[in-house]
Amino acid sequence: MNWRSILTIFNFEMARFWRTPWESLAAPVVSTVLYFVVFGAAIGTRIQSVDDISYGAFIVPGLIILTVLQQSLANASNAIFMRKFVGTIHEILAAPISFIEVVAGFVGAAALKSVIIAIVIYLTALLFVDLPLVHPVLALALLILTSFGFALWGFLMGIWAKDWQQLQFIPMMVITPLVFLGGAFYSASMLPPFWEGVAKLNPVLYLVSGFRWTFFGMADVPILSSIIALAIFLGLGFVAVWAIFRTGWRLRP
Amino acid sequence: MSAMIEVRDLSKTYASGTSALSGVSLDIREGEILALLGPNGAGKTTFISILCGLVTPSGGKVTVGGHDILRDYRAARALIGLVPQEIALEYFETVINTVRFSRGLYGKPADDAYLERILRALALWDKRDAKLKELSGGMKRRVLIAKALSHGPRILFLDEPTAGVDVNLRREMWEVVRGLKSEGVTIILTTHYLEEAEEMADRVGIIDKGRLLLVRDKSDLMHEFGRKVLTVELTEPITALPPALSSLELSSDGLRASYRYDAHADRTGIARLLASFAAEGISVRDVATEQSSLEDVFLRLVRDLA
Ligand SMILES: Nc1ncnc2c1ncn2[C@@H]1O[C@H](COP(=O)(O)OP(=O)(O)OP(=O)(O)O)[C@@H](O)[C@H]1O
Ligand SMILES: [Mg+2]
Repeated sequence: MNWRSILTIFNFEMARFWRTPWESLAAPVVSTVLYFVVFGAAIGTRIQSVDDISYGAFIVPGLIILTVLQQSLANASNAIFMRKFVGTIHEILAAPISFIEVVAGFVGAAALKSVIIAIVIYLTALLFVDLPLVHPVLALALLILTSFGFALWGFLMGIWAKDWQQLQFIPMMVITPLVFLGGAFYSASMLPPFWEGVAKLNPVLYLVSGFRWTFFGMADVPILSSIIALAIFLGLGFVAVWAIFRTGWRLRP
Repeated sequence: MSAMIEVRDLSKTYASGTSALSGVSLDIREGEILALLGPNGAGKTTFISILCGLVTPSGGKVTVGGHDILRDYRAARALIGLVPQEIALEYFETVINTVRFSRGLYGKPADDAYLERILRALALWDKRDAKLKELSGGMKRRVLIAKALSHGPRILFLDEPTAGVDVNLRREMWEVVRGLKSEGVTIILTTHYLEEAEEMADRVGIIDKGRLLLVRDKSDLMHEFGRKVLTVELTEPITALPPALSSLELSSDGLRASYRYDAHADRTGIARLLASFAAEGISVRDVATEQSSLEDVFLRLVRDLA
């Protein structure tokens, strides 16, 4: 493992984040506050509570997952896509580094950014609602793995995309619907049985549910199934990136 | 001198169906400067890109410093610095940071004293804190060279390094390249400026339509294909050359007769020629000879061999 190379890529990617901390952090925080105002305050007063948890608190884990998914995908895909677009990818491809090192640098930085943003959102949420955190260590572990997993898929997206439209396509057409239908703002048990069954085919439900479990100790699906789903997701992403670097697909003509 | 790079039967067909290289075999010696010449689209950049790991070869085998570029890519690439043809930089980065980045990427520990030497040699030291987008085109190209040198490569690929660089700077860059050669760095450059190849290279390779037409020591090449022209200036204009001098060409004003000959031939025929002038009673005012340049050689080769 070539740690210096990994750190070089990692620091370069993080430098962008620290250079404009307000832009990096303000946007996700503002949108979170908006969700609180709309869902928590406006709608939440009518919903009262889900499984004895105030609706305002109930939506926090889903909100964090939603942001983490969007940020991880966007950060990782932009980082690699920009290099392809500008041409500076050649430097990475010609360097004596393996795909694991490239991924560790780019995906690690994208994931860390998401984790930082998630923590800021969590702290923001504490200003609005009473929020228990039953399993803090597991919460952090799930957060890190989820950030990493989606950054990995974002990295793949950045390699796959040939233009800006394609780069926007998956987050808009796939991820956002999956998150909204994945129980970010409601419990799957609130759905009629048939639709509850359909909802359980959505992988994002397992993420949201698992993450919510670490806060409240209760969830739509067993925590173990959440962890297994996440592991499969991570594993597939890793194999895909490995295959891409092996074959040079869309990287080495 | 041993072979630093061994290329065997290298070929490349792009996904689009373009065959950019076919059956290229070549040994590049340690410490030499090899210039690759060829018209646009000949396959020069493709050749360099494969050796540097940017393009996947379709066939053949390449070793760099004895390491297979595919199987043992880490060891092979660690030896190489690449200055690409296209300028691509992180435009909001500063000069010094982008050079540090390149060094770090190759896993080398920070060494600002070393980087300072490189930046000074490339006349970039004063610009070290400037953002890349603020630099002129020639400066950007020099930044690319600084990046390529940042990890102390044993082999340097320069893909048209002096395109868009003014004449003075070009001379300075040649000095830098000569300095690297004197440190034992192996240098492969492509260029459209024949003057550059003539000035810099130990050996010249000519590529056309994906084939390596020949690789030859520059001096041999000049010698073998070089023609000399002997121009004889006459005191009085004449209307026609006598039969004994029919191998010459007479200028339209009738004041100059020129004679083309192989400079390396055993018998150039010059002595007999000058004697003929005297025998014919044509008085000669002056005699000059001129060696053809690599440019002439190149044009002839591409025409003859293609
Ligand atoms: N990525 C690519 N995909 C498809 N074809 C390519 C690609 N890169 C180069 N080619 C084709 O391969 C051939 C060789 O191109 P290459 O860039 O190697 O030429 P070159 O000798 O460097 O030319 P120049 O002097 O113009 O830089 C050309 O026909 C070119 O169109
Ligand atoms: Mg080229």
